[in-house]
Amino acid sequence: MQIKVLGAGCANCRTTVDLIATVAAEAGKPVEVVKVEDMRQIVGYGVMATPAVVVGEKVVHKGSVPSRAQVLGWLQQGE
Amino acid sequence: MSDQTASTRPAPAWAWHLGLLVTLVLWGLIYRQLAPAAEALTALLPIDRHSTTGEAVAFFLYDLPKVLMLLSLIVFLMGVVRSWFAPERTRALLAGRREGVGNVLAAGLGVVTPFCSCSAVPLFIGLVSAGVPLGVTFSFLISAPMVNEVALVLLFGLVGWQVAVVYFGFGLAIAIVSGWVIGRLHLEGWLQDWVRDIHSGAALPEAFEGERLSMVDRYRLGLVALREIVGRVWIWILAGIGMGALIHGYVPEDLMARIMGADAWWSVPAAVAIGIPMYTNAAGVIPIVEALLDKGAALGTTLAFMMSVIALSLPEMIILKQVLSLKLIAVFVGVVGSGILAVGYLFNLLF
Repeated sequence: MQIKVLGAGCANCRTTVDLIATVAAEAGKPVEVVKVEDMRQIVGYGVMATPAVVVGEKVVHKGSVPSRAQVLGWLQQGE
Repeated sequence: MSDQTASTRPAPAWAWHLGLLVTLVLWGLIYRQLAPAAEALTALLPIDRHSTTGEAVAFFLYDLPKVLMLLSLIVFLMGVVRSWFAPERTRALLAGRREGVGNVLAAGLGVVTPFCSCSAVPLFIGLVSAGVPLGVTFSFLISAPMVNEVALVLLFGLVGWQVAVVYFGFGLAIAIVSGWVIGRLHLEGWLQDWVRDIHSGAALPEAFEGERLSMVDRYRLGLVALREIVGRVWIWILAGIGMGALIHGYVPEDLMARIMGADAWWSVPAAVAIGIPMYTNAAGVIPIVEALLDKGAALGTTLAFMMSVIALSLPEMIILKQVLSLKLIAVFVGVVGSGILAVGYLFNLLF
């Protein structure tokens, strides 16, 4: 599955990418984490606060670093 | 507001409420002991309390814990309050507002809506694309970084509540008036092309539905804000208070009165000009402000310096360059800068 992290150059965006990669590795789920940094694309998803997380082209989280529980939830949902 | 807590949570809601209460009481008790503790610590050091070094050290030892404690408290509380003010709610409140009323509302919402300059662009687009007028959007963008809880609580704690109230009032006034002026100038054509395309296709967003959060969820958000904001600004506070302590101990009194006193007419524009390239946030600049005021700098000049440092920062302009043309950024700096100048002169005249 693919998870997109929207956000350009903020510290929390990098943290989010790392968190998702770590949690996915621990849970043994093959996940491709894509960083979206282009403002036009970010705005296209209609988010007003970064970092935001997109799973299956749906915005599932925005404005903060998600919790591990949330990330696990998305990983299970994606199956 | 929903106050129910799901039964699956590890700690029940009453434990959170109780824990918060105990923490607040403890906070108050420790806070009251800070001044005697700083004196006692300074007395332990092999330096004369009344020497310049002694003054600087005592200032540092008292102000650092005081500022950190005040900041932690207020950042947590605002984190809880802000859980009711998502950017989407702000947008829903501002969409379709007329200018004037919209500017006032936008400046007020700027105080309570969570804002980080790294989110400035998506926020800007979100507002403009929902049909919020450009001037109203600017009122929000000016007020959000300038009039925030960090600035207010530090002014309150270090300089005095009167200055905090004055800063709050005039910060909002600058945001409202500058936004209104920019709106009157009709500069929509000076947005970057791709933003203009979105703007012209503006449609009202669907009704905003707030997330259902329990009180415990909101406490958690407060804790997240606490960890994140204090983790980000403590280094600035350390640097700011260090600078403040140096000014406090070593800068002669009449020097500051001469350079930043009310008699030097050029001091206000100079303070604004120096403030723009300086990049720090409220947390770093206010300890310096306290020390400057203490050394005889005029209130208006000092406020102008502070507002300029916080509201007109070079890095934020670079971020905004993605959505605004250089001409529009220049107008933004010009209008806000004039407002800050006016406040500076006004206060030097009044006090």
